[in-house]
Amino acid sequence: MQNSNPIRVKVWRGDAAGGAFAEYAVPQQPAQTVLDVVTWIQRHADASLSYRFACRVGMCGSCAMMVNGIPRWTCRTHVNKVNRDNRLTIEPLRNLPVIKDLACDMSQFFEKWKRAEGHFTGEVSRAQPVAAISPREPARRAANAAVECINCAICYAACDVVAWQPDYLGPAALNRAWSLQNDTRDRRQAERLQAVSSTGGCLQCHSQQGCASFCPNELNPTASIAGLKRLAAVGFMRKKYRERYG
Amino acid sequence: MADLRLYLAQRISAAIMAPLVLLHLGLMIYAIQGGLSAEEILGRTRGSIFWGGIYGLFVIAVAVHAAIGLRNIMAEWLGLRGSLLSGLSWFVGLALLAAGWRAVAAVVAG
Repeated sequence: MQNSNPIRVKVWRGDAAGGAFAEYAVPQQPAQTVLDVVTWIQRHADASLSYRFACRVGMCGSCAMMVNGIPRWTCRTHVNKVNRDNRLTIEPLRNLPVIKDLACDMSQFFEKWKRAEGHFTGEVSRAQPVAAISPREPARRAANAAVECINCAICYAACDVVAWQPDYLGPAALNRAWSLQNDTRDRRQAERLQAVSSTGGCLQCHSQQGCASFCPNELNPTASIAGLKRLAAVGFMRKKYRERYG
Repeated sequence: MADLRLYLAQRISAAIMAPLVLLHLGLMIYAIQGGLSAEEILGRTRGSIFWGGIYGLFVIAVAVHAAIGLRNIMAEWLGLRGSLLSGLSWFVGLALLAAGWRAVAAVVAG
């Protein structure tokens, strides 16, 4: 099964100060993933290569990298799918500062989750009964559509608005905010709506849908952000109406 | 809050422009069917409060919509912020308003 031609892999090596591509010849294997390629390089070619992974099965969201210019989860990306003339180019995720080689600093990504009020705030204790929420409720369905995010930052790397406006919250944080706005148990929805509709929030989105195109879990953050825009616009007009007409 | 106002103003101006563009295109196609001359068209538009109002409103919507759109582009691509960004956006909006209303006046008045 093994192909005799090795893959010619260009890997970005460097740190926050700068870097360059290094080229490696990696033997082809059946059912080989891009993460397998990176691991092979670290084990057999250069042990100093830094990268990040954990689960290897598409659940943890830690192994995302740019593969031939496209953000991908490398553990679930088969080389066959992205191989171009037996060449691969692997870089750290776009829009995030590099720590070393293929490992990015995710701090700003998670800080923006906090800024978008991306945490659940309930008001009942575990002594009280569990809220009865029908899976058919429209709000629950909207939350369902957005809830499977694994925080891999692929959408964040794909987003041009993040590249242009460093304070933009980005698709993942806004998608998370949308799922919580549709959680009827949550008690911070007014504060969250304020947070996601101020400067750097959902109104900056151009609906280019890079996030939706590249999300490995096939979520649609653009649709979630459109939902937040509607909530923000309707909330603003209702507030003005109440101020004027009581 | 300023962002939300600009966002709404751009959507509302787009909602005003969309039917007016269709009306304008339909009207042009209809008006030239019989081979109308410029004099004949001006003969119908001059003194018309209706057409003056329609095109006057269209110019307002264009000025608002284009100024906010260009403001976003200037912020994102040129990195402009603050009073320079606002000043340039106001200039674009007012210039479009002046040029557009001048054209409307030429067709409706006189």
